[in-house]
Amino acid sequence: MHIMWFTERAYHYDPEVEPEKHRRLENEIIRRRSFFGMPNSFFDPHHGSALLNQYLDEKIYSEELGFDGVMLNEHHGTPFCLGAVMDVEAAILAKTTKRVKIVLLGNPVPTVANPLRLAEELAMIDLISKGRLVPGWVRGAGSEQLANNANPAYNRELFEEGIDFIIKAWTTPGPFRYEGKHFHFRFVNPWVLPLQKPHPPFWIPGLVSPDTVVWCAKRRYPYIALATRLKPTVELWELYAQVAAREGYQAGPENFGYMQPVYVGENQQRAEELGKRFMFGGGFAHFARPEWMFPPGYNSKEATRRLARLNAATNLPGKPLHRSTGQETDEEIERIKQEIYAGYPQARQELQIIAGTPDYVIPRIRKVLEILRPGIFSFWIDGPLSAKDRMTCLRLIGREVLPAVREIGKELGLVDPFTRKPGSRPLSQDGKVEPVAYAEALESVM
Amino acid sequence: MAGDNVSWKERKVRFAEEDLFVVEVGEGRPLLVLHEELGHPGILRWHRELGKEYRLVIPMHPGFGRSPQREWMTNVRDLACFYGWYVRENLAANAGAIGFSFGGWVGAEMVANDPKLFPRLILVAPMGIRPAVGEIMDMFKVTARAYLAATVLNPQTTPEFKELYGGAPTPEQFEAFEDARAQTARLAWQPYAYNPSLPHLLKAVTDLPTLLIWGRQDNVVPLNAGELYAAAIKQSRLVTLEGCGHRPEIEKTDEFLREVRSFLS
Repeated sequence: MHIMWFTERAYHYDPEVEPEKHRRLENEIIRRRSFFGMPNSFFDPHHGSALLNQYLDEKIYSEELGFDGVMLNEHHGTPFCLGAVMDVEAAILAKTTKRVKIVLLGNPVPTVANPLRLAEELAMIDLISKGRLVPGWVRGAGSEQLANNANPAYNRELFEEGIDFIIKAWTTPGPFRYEGKHFHFRFVNPWVLPLQKPHPPFWIPGLVSPDTVVWCAKRRYPYIALATRLKPTVELWELYAQVAAREGYQAGPENFGYMQPVYVGENQQRAEELGKRFMFGGGFAHFARPEWMFPPGYNSKEATRRLARLNAATNLPGKPLHRSTGQETDEEIERIKQEIYAGYPQARQELQIIAGTPDYVIPRIRKVLEILRPGIFSFWIDGPLSAKDRMTCLRLIGREVLPAVREIGKELGLVDPFTRKPGSRPLSQDGKVEPVAYAEALESVM
Repeated sequence: MAGDNVSWKERKVRFAEEDLFVVEVGEGRPLLVLHEELGHPGILRWHRELGKEYRLVIPMHPGFGRSPQREWMTNVRDLACFYGWYVRENLAANAGAIGFSFGGWVGAEMVANDPKLFPRLILVAPMGIRPAVGEIMDMFKVTARAYLAATVLNPQTTPEFKELYGGAPTPEQFEAFEDARAQTARLAWQPYAYNPSLPHLLKAVTDLPTLLIWGRQDNVVPLNAGELYAAAIKQSRLVTLEGCGHRPEIEKTDEFLREVRSFLS
């Protein structure tokens, strides 16, 4: 199993050290019902500088602790994530780490809008890291389309054409001319090419959009579910496996990854205090303003049809707050906050957040692994935590949880994509598709 | 209600290698109606009234509602050329055209491309020209419902607004709005809702009687854009309606009809 460390690199203040700044920022986010669109007058560059350095230090420390990969992502125009240009961080880690894979989940191809530039940036990262890059691709959240003026109605076309172009730029000897639907280059000849051949392996993260899952299965790309609820995740794994079978291969752990919020503290109470903060820091479902999530044409017609008939899917139990007025008093904000944190017991019950001592978290992670059988697993910590708490959590996970999880992975046969190439396993002789997840085990956590 | 017995039908026609859905209201000389950015709203009082004198021909823009999207169509001028072709083949002896907001922009592009296409043109608060004062409200930063609410000065006192958009949207309405928003984005995402060349090319439209109707309190396309349209089209007249937003046809239906009838006759 490939085990990674991830955090959104949020801009926040520690509620115990700077309670007033924390309260002001959190209240404003709630009042606006959105991380996206928070005015950047709230941004203090000195604080941002300290945080970015802290997050890089954590990544470097995670290598010392024995993690296999450091995972980065990218968001724009939001205090939710300071990684506005993830490749900058990746380039630093390429030089400051020695062993870990640098896993980028993912580069938002439509919003970057220049796939040739991406091909060159990523090739440099692969060279500097001596072949440790795992690029991933995303469409970018709805809000990123607005933040980058990327036409959301062409989002999936830009995504697919951009990736195909990057592969072509890396694998077709140049110079050549490229005339696509959305991209045009009269002279493609990137001098700097990746070390890994034919190109670095691609992984695709997502929030269980069936369109993306099907696309991944067809291309044999591992799909990494980002802390999604277990039941729909199992269903999408099964969809992946069916598409894989049609493509002529048996999907297995090497095709799947899962990201799991995990908090470990010196004692159960402290770990849960920290874990609860994820309800705010990671609980973007509470701030799902439809105008930011679903800009025009961002969803396929089929996804729009589903959306028209369902409440917006959330990755955490909780009520979306987008119907708030935006004019709430501080007392009302306090009440909304309590509602957000009141979702914690359910999130805990459903293993959406696992917080506790190592003895508490290990069997629960085991349960998730038994259900989903991912070959890639990422620990995720977010929410307003101090640098000290984060480092303690990381240290305890690295020293006491990670070795146990690795053993569980071996015991369950959770093969990672470096050990077995995704899509390389033939179907069984009788054409029967082996299950890729164990849905029966879901009942014990629902 | 007066005019309720005016007939209407929806036809599926084959045009330019693909289906096109066209709603027709009333009888008489054809008058092309170019619908707005959120799609054809349905048959309103003004349609029924004007349908007593004209045959209103309302094509559903490709990609909106039931008319299939056309891959090759990527900007408003493409759509305008497409409709120019449609008019030359199907509506040669027309009484004119009337376009609303996004549809007004399409109408302006049509005559910039072919000033002889219509004997008369009515543009109701058209997009298409960037105002020098104020800016065109960005429909893509808000939900369809929030945008609709901003189109009229007072949703509460606009009876047809409540009739059309009151209550929770049905799944079908939600889908139709999302289709319309997506297609408008394909055609008008950037620059948003205007074409820098349009005011220059409209200078060639020298002999076309053109009526520009604008609500004085339009929060979507500022009145200044109307002044720029009036400056660009030689034979144009700008009529402003007081106490009216971006939808004169439903906010001030009687005044709107009076102006339109008088202009067309």
